Amino acid sequence: MLSRTASSLYWIGRYIERAEFTTRLVEATIRLAALGGHAHVEQAWLSALSVVRAPPLSVSREGLGARRYLTLSEDNPSSIRSCIVAARDNARAARTALTREVWEAINRAWLMIHARASPGGVQGTLNLVEELKAELRGFEGALARMLRNEGYWFMRLGSMIERGDATARLLDVKYYLLLPEGQEVGGKLDRDQWTTILQIVSAKTAYRHVYREALRPWLVADMLILRRELPRSLAWTAEETVTLLGEFGARSGRQGPADRLARQRLSTLQGLEIGAIFRAGLHEWLHAYIRDNNAIGAAIANQFRFG
Amino acid sequence: MADGRAFDELWGKSRSRAARAGFQPLAKWLAETPPVELARRQHAAETAFRSLGITFSVYGDEQAAERIIPFDIVPRIFSAAEWERLSAGLEQRVRAINAFVDDVYGARRILADGIVPADIVLANPQYCIPVAGARPPHGVFAHICGIDLIRTGADDFYVLEDNCRTPSGVSYMIENRDAMLRLCPELFDIFPVRPVDSYPELLRETLYSVAPEGVSEPRCVLLTPGHHNSAFYEHSFLADNMGIELVEGRDLEVDDDIVWMKTIDGRVRVDVIYRRVDDAFLDPLVFRADSLLGVNGLMAAYLAGNVTLVNAPGTGIADDKAIYSYMPAIVRYYAGEEAKLPNVETWRCREPKDLRYTLDNLDKLVVKLVDGSGGYGMLVGPTASRKEIEEFRARLKAAPERYIAQPTLALSTVPTQCGDGLAPRHVDFRPFVLTGANGVTIVPGGLTRVALRKGSLVVNSSQGGGTKDSFVLAAAADAGAA
Repeated sequence: MLSRTASSLYWIGRYIERAEFTTRLVEATIRLAALGGHAHVEQAWLSALSVVRAPPLSVSREGLGARRYLTLSEDNPSSIRSCIVAARDNARAARTALTREVWEAINRAWLMIHARASPGGVQGTLNLVEELKAELRGFEGALARMLRNEGYWFMRLGSMIERGDATARLLDVKYYLLLPEGQEVGGKLDRDQWTTILQIVSAKTAYRHVYREALRPWLVADMLILRRELPRSLAWTAEETVTLLGEFGARSGRQGPADRLARQRLSTLQGLEIGAIFRAGLHEWLHAYIRDNNAIGAAIANQFRFG
Repeated sequence: MADGRAFDELWGKSRSRAARAGFQPLAKWLAETPPVELARRQHAAETAFRSLGITFSVYGDEQAAERIIPFDIVPRIFSAAEWERLSAGLEQRVRAINAFVDDVYGARRILADGIVPADIVLANPQYCIPVAGARPPHGVFAHICGIDLIRTGADDFYVLEDNCRTPSGVSYMIENRDAMLRLCPELFDIFPVRPVDSYPELLRETLYSVAPEGVSEPRCVLLTPGHHNSAFYEHSFLADNMGIELVEGRDLEVDDDIVWMKTIDGRVRVDVIYRRVDDAFLDPLVFRADSLLGVNGLMAAYLAGNVTLVNAPGTGIADDKAIYSYMPAIVRYYAGEEAKLPNVETWRCREPKDLRYTLDNLDKLVVKLVDGSGGYGMLVGPTASRKEIEEFRARLKAAPERYIAQPTLALSTVPTQCGDGLAPRHVDFRPFVLTGANGVTIVPGGLTRVALRKGSLVVNSSQGGGTKDSFVLAAAADAGAA
């Protein structure tokens, strides 16, 4: 496979994952904002903007500016539209490595959003992200039906690196809400916030299945970081990254720095429990994790000669 | 040239009274399928094309950066006998084209014998001096030709243009057929239509057959200018269906006259390049230095015989419009017989007599730039305003050698969906002719382009043209097998 094609596939994976994460972020934030008064609305959107590292934005009553920034803005390289445009550009360039089904899923999402002028009202935005989520699920389905070869592995690697980054950032922005028991937080607002976090990673019901108890902040952190059965946890993405790199290794008989870094990260995670992370400082730990994740991304690009 | 007077592919000259022999079932089908149903199917086809991304970009039209070419659901049909005649003529012509190119870059016999004036060839901007004296494997230069044909009567086919460089459109032949099979399956019960889907496989065999000598398992790639090119969909479609890599210039490098492509496992040697990049952009060291699409050193690798370029550089000399008017003589010279497919009568404005005739008849003629394409820079006399004609006259007088003139022919028509029902629209036809080490192959089909505007004779997609499927029928004897 051409190195340029590998790069396109890897970035398709990243951009689609990023777009999908943002649809869930917008959806969960709309729900959160609906729970309280005006001040609450503003706070909810400011928090969503900080998850995607947005520059300071004033947030109006219905959060229109924030909704536009997250969904359609061309000034935001990570808006849903920017991500889908970039993914489609890469998909066009790597068209021969994609199945018709994968291409069509990306193209349909693009057809839906590329000429959209405004996110509309709150309900309009909700409808937009609902429809986009359906298209992006179509992408995931099409991916699942692909031949397991380099094309598939690169797109999946891109999603895993992106997902690790997004989940870690999400936790980091909300980390002050996740302080261990004993610190006086709680109350209605915070429980709403935790629920929002779980919604963003599609794990609201899963939480009940895993823990069978009320929402506990450290358990939310435990789930998002260490639970390998949750597909958006750091543990799962770290494990999947090792597996995917292993597929390349099995085919070519060669391994490289990316394999070593990914295995190292996984074994560190496997030896951890959530208490230790909190004692070390969740914020610091997450920052280190994001740095390592970037390093693995860079090592992958180098190893496959598209860095 | 007015509608109704032109020969119709379905009705002949009967003005919609009686279908031509053998085509009655199509007339019946058109009469029995409700117009809304035809419109629905056409819409479904276009939706599918858009979702597949079968788009092209129009130069100078930023707004419509990506458009689909309109598709018309009424097919154009060739009888088995018509096709047999056409394909014999196409094979003869393409063999002559390859012999001509081989000759003008080699022995130059045809120039020495005075059949074609030497200055028209050697001083032609399309004459590629760097390849003079180089002979590609098997002496094949124009591996893929798209010969544009027009029809004016039951037995009157003419060659309008020989596209011998990087002709495009073949993906539409295949995708249009795909759409027709899905949307109008009953037509394939009515007519024994010969399939076209073997084209990618035949093209692949052609590419492999012309690999440099001694290479047993050649690696072929398709070189595209990139995904912003108007024909990119076709490039990816062909690469995908042939199972070869689709590369850009930056994916290749030349080292010691050997071409390599950069892959995730390191570099891999390349033996055959089906390039859809024009000569001028192939190698900045030899041609345009500002090309970002090419590969430094590619021509050196080609001249060293280490890589085959398909089509070979320099084939533009054969489809130059100044050379076109000599094609009947060129075919006669190499084939030893008259051309089976005639040329359209052509006046060469470089010659004073022809220029005078052209200037006197601008309102009746089509005047083209010898180095123009895509319908740009041409005058269609009968539909041009007086002002346009006078402006063109000035341009023509200033540089007569840049122009040729042809009569305005009444291109045949085919019933076509037009807003409120069916109406005759003018068409042309581009079949694709492959030449490899083992001779000439023609898939029974091609691209029918249709001018969607009433009375228009300009079928180019960049000028609002559309496409149709082109059925080639199996002979009655083997109809059962088709």
